[in-house]
Amino acid sequence: MRSRVRDVLIAAIAAGVGAIVAATALPLEGQAPAGRGPVPPAPAPAYRAPRLADNHPDLNGIWQALNEANYDLEAHMARSALQLRPGPYGPVPAAAVLALGAVGSVPPGLGVIDGDGTIPYKPEALKQKKENQDKYVERDPEVKCYLPGVPRANYMGHPFQILQSTKAIFMAYQYAGATRDILLKDPGPAPIDSWMGQSVGKWEGDTLVVDATGFNDQSWFDRAGNFHSDKLHVVERWTRTGSNTLNYEATIEDPNVFTRPWKISMPLYRRLEKNAQLMDFKCVEFVEELMYGKFRKKPLTGE
Amino acid sequence: MKKIVAAVLFAGVASSVAVTAQLKNTPIPRTADGHPDLTGMYDLATMTPMERPANMPAVMSDEEAAKREREEAARVKALDVQLDGNRAAPPKGGDGSVGPAGNVGGYNNFWLDRGGAYSIVDGQRRTSILIDPPDGRVPSLTPEARQRQASRLAQFRAPTSDAGESGDPGLEPAGAYDDPERRGLAERCLLGFGSTSGPPVLPNYFYNNLHQIVQTPTEIVILTEMVHDARVVRMNAKHLPPTIRKWLGDSIGWWEGDTLVVETTNFTDKTRFRGSSPDMKITERFTRVDAKNLKYRFTVEDPSTWSKPWTGEYTWPGTSERMFEYACHEGNYALTNILKGARLRERATTDKQQ
Repeated sequence: MRSRVRDVLIAAIAAGVGAIVAATALPLEGQAPAGRGPVPPAPAPAYRAPRLADNHPDLNGIWQALNEANYDLEAHMARSALQLRPGPYGPVPAAAVLALGAVGSVPPGLGVIDGDGTIPYKPEALKQKKENQDKYVERDPEVKCYLPGVPRANYMGHPFQILQSTKAIFMAYQYAGATRDILLKDPGPAPIDSWMGQSVGKWEGDTLVVDATGFNDQSWFDRAGNFHSDKLHVVERWTRTGSNTLNYEATIEDPNVFTRPWKISMPLYRRLEKNAQLMDFKCVEFVEELMYGKFRKKPLTGE
Repeated sequence: MKKIVAAVLFAGVASSVAVTAQLKNTPIPRTADGHPDLTGMYDLATMTPMERPANMPAVMSDEEAAKREREEAARVKALDVQLDGNRAAPPKGGDGSVGPAGNVGGYNNFWLDRGGAYSIVDGQRRTSILIDPPDGRVPSLTPEARQRQASRLAQFRAPTSDAGESGDPGLEPAGAYDDPERRGLAERCLLGFGSTSGPPVLPNYFYNNLHQIVQTPTEIVILTEMVHDARVVRMNAKHLPPTIRKWLGDSIGWWEGDTLVVETTNFTDKTRFRGSSPDMKITERFTRVDAKNLKYRFTVEDPSTWSKPWTGEYTWPGTSERMFEYACHEGNYALTNILKGARLRERATTDKQQ
């Protein structure tokens, strides 16, 4: 109890100091003037991010999600495997993933979806989601090392790097070497569909808002069969919340698959290791045996 | 003054004094920290070959270059004919011509972008990217490297990062189609062909030669269009330990005056640029010569492969073209069909023999 009081005190002092620093440094637009009288609740944490020369917040760095979103965006209990089959007393791991044992199980998560925590599928689409899950190994594009799409690229369990200057914003992902050039001038509708889509960025105050369209219908949202069509439209909001944290939000819209737009949000964390950097994860090579092994002149036999 | 500078430039290859003079006269974009800003999109397609053809001077006259460029434009225009939608299928076994467009018909001209102009460096139209050795030819391989490359089959056991499209699809020596690992790195969608990702970054004389640079004070990323390979250069950093190897090597960079120097080591034993060893070291020098163009120079060092280092340079011209996703692996039906086709052919041969 005592330590809790102390924590609260420390937090209050820290917040106060932060607010004073922020107020002294540069009064933010819309912020209540410091002075006497009741202070209205602050609209956002008073964190003020370091800036680039153009005065926009600096998003540079190597970031990573620390959650179970890539297993399943929705709240879920742990389960024995990514693909299940009926067993005599309930579901058991499917043959294709059985050998991995506990390593192949799904860790639990409370989900990252705002509101009621579920994805508002149309009835037909929900049926397909369930079928996707039943045929997970065959269908998840991640199994074949395909490009992750958006927003999935941002919570793959791999680090990714934001390179931001006053002229360009670029995202390099370790998983499958995926990349996104965030266009700072809207070129109009994407002339062709792609896995990673076309991203157009603009600043709304201290938030980078990325409007992503031009997707094909091939990528998924997670390892639980959650999917979209080529009508997918994602609006991402990237906001620095601390020296080592970002808040990431994505509003997902797809009239072919969902009854209404829905939103995910999660913190992203800076990789703090002194030697943090992207490494090679060219998984294309790793799936050659899976995809082409049967076409070898002498296919491998045995275990 | 301009004429004098031009005369000096014509006098010899890459006189650094002349380059400095040129730089002083040309305003270049700079970043907030004062360094030249290399940010931009570049189209590396060029008619200047890697190695100088026999009996060619190092520099081509403007007239000669213009003539060759006109001929190339005419050739491309002639090939750019509308195809007849009702045309017959190609003949069984192909039309007999060699190359990716031959046989059963691969790319037609619409897809190709080989480059329509010679690279101009320091005002000179160059006849080769290679400038050292002065004959514009890659030095001969060491006996050790020759042994690595001994048989034609060896290249199919270990394809190299500079390999182009298969020139003779379906007609390569026995064994070339036995396993996916024997196919070219580009056919497997591991790297673009012709060392397009590098380093050294080379034009592939085929298509998709766009490269994008995004620059921050601490990292510079060089994105290759083919296979969307992004090489992040860490500024003023130390190399990774030798146990960590990367397909494009480990790149660290620093500024020498207005030139970005990038040193790359720690290659995998699968990258094998022109048969190199994993100990290859590439030093690249990026210089912004004006608001649009970069000069790109590279030196290749690998004592177990080449008896001496060799150097090339060419211009990266800025472009307003957009880069689109090169999702190679995701649509790689070709590798399945190449291997499957070989198995079917083997079965047909066996059936005939029985």
